[in-house]
Amino acid sequence: MTLARRIIPCLDVDAGRVVKGIEFEGLRDMGDPAELGARYNREGADELVVLDISASFQGRATFLETIRRVAEQLNIPLTAGGGIRKMEEGRAVLLAGADKVTVNTAAVERPQLISELSQQFGAQAIVLSLDVKRKGNSWEAYTRGGRDATGRDAAEWAAEAVSRGAGEILLTSIDRDGTCSGFDCELTAKIASTVQVPVIASGGASTFEDFLDVFVRGCADAALAASIFHSETHSIAALKKFLAERGVPIRLSR
Amino acid sequence: MKIAIVDYGAGNLPSVERALWKLGAETERAIEPKQVAAARAIVLPGVGHFSAFVAGLRERNLTSSLRAAFDAGVPILGICLGLQAMFASSEEAPGEAGLAFFPEEVRALPANVKSPHIGWNQLRRVRESALLREIPNDAYFYFAHSFAAPASAAATVAACDHGFAFAAVIEQGNLRAVQFHPEKSGETGARVLRNFLESVQ
Repeated sequence: MTLARRIIPCLDVDAGRVVKGIEFEGLRDMGDPAELGARYNREGADELVVLDISASFQGRATFLETIRRVAEQLNIPLTAGGGIRKMEEGRAVLLAGADKVTVNTAAVERPQLISELSQQFGAQAIVLSLDVKRKGNSWEAYTRGGRDATGRDAAEWAAEAVSRGAGEILLTSIDRDGTCSGFDCELTAKIASTVQVPVIASGGASTFEDFLDVFVRGCADAALAASIFHSETHSIAALKKFLAERGVPIRLSR
Repeated sequence: MKIAIVDYGAGNLPSVERALWKLGAETERAIEPKQVAAARAIVLPGVGHFSAFVAGLRERNLTSSLRAAFDAGVPILGICLGLQAMFASSEEAPGEAGLAFFPEEVRALPANVKSPHIGWNQLRRVRESALLREIPNDAYFYFAHSFAAPASAAATVAACDHGFAFAAVIEQGNLRAVQFHPEKSGETGARVLRNFLESVQ
């Protein structure tokens, strides 16, 4: 009996469409979120993450509608977030069909937000989205989609967020994101050893070996990736088979 | 037959409803005691805090109608917090009384393991189970919880380990309960719900 390591595809959503950020190019359309969600559900994803990358006030209703449409397609857990600033916004995301809500910028500005959400909905429903950049021998937390440095040590902020009731950490290496150079295993292992909640590693995934590495060396509980799954570079089923054959506890679909 | 899903004001009912509809079941949200009293099968879903759950039941006067349904032999399926609420009390809310269908206390997962216990885990079968009928022994189920009932509870038919051995599936008389989320556990979870529906029809 073993708790399986999870493989989690991520949908970055803008104006109701899944998009991918391309350097100097802007956003490329990757498809319909409900269709992609249904495909990943079918292919054996352990969970799905949907992030509102526009996070604009006008786009909020569209995003909630996207959550509703995606949730209808799933019989696996759904995590959603992006720009959640208030308790009521978190509630709306959960009522729309998400099982967990992510918080980042607003929680750094007002950590009490985590406490409020956790008291209301339980720690299992609150995910701290932690975007970090390496700074010498440590890592610094960033907000606003990786644009603003917070001056806070990532491990120290992770520990505070957990003590306030975050039940999981979605950890993104900004340095690795989009580079296809593999997960930052050192970072993941550092955060995983600092907090007693599951850590989802994100940023840099390219090969099957990268996933093996982040589970073995990075001690990640789950690994998240977006474009390599959307573009069908890798099928989730093939990745899971690869990991299972190398001794990683994995839920294989039948 | 319509399945009454108890709506205590804070659960995530839509995913449970959708999972039951996909299996051809009709559902209604039970928010009043008379709906619980008239029900021929009841689902008690729940996420969040033990005290919010039992307070929600109390404020809607649903506690005594649920006890009456239990006494009358109406099949009841508890999910996650719905399982925990069937016990006498919980460390999550000292002093708050649960439905007390079972005498044990629900306990916090210990500090030496990651908590919440989030993700897909397997079960250890204790005895034959109606809910797990035709599900392979190594199947995975999705868990998301920080508290759990001890596996030593007499009604435990399948256990799971995370810090301590806890009750993952409970069956006793007309009571059924699962600590995992069948509505989030893929095809395996759908089979658990189908087994429940078949046992009440």
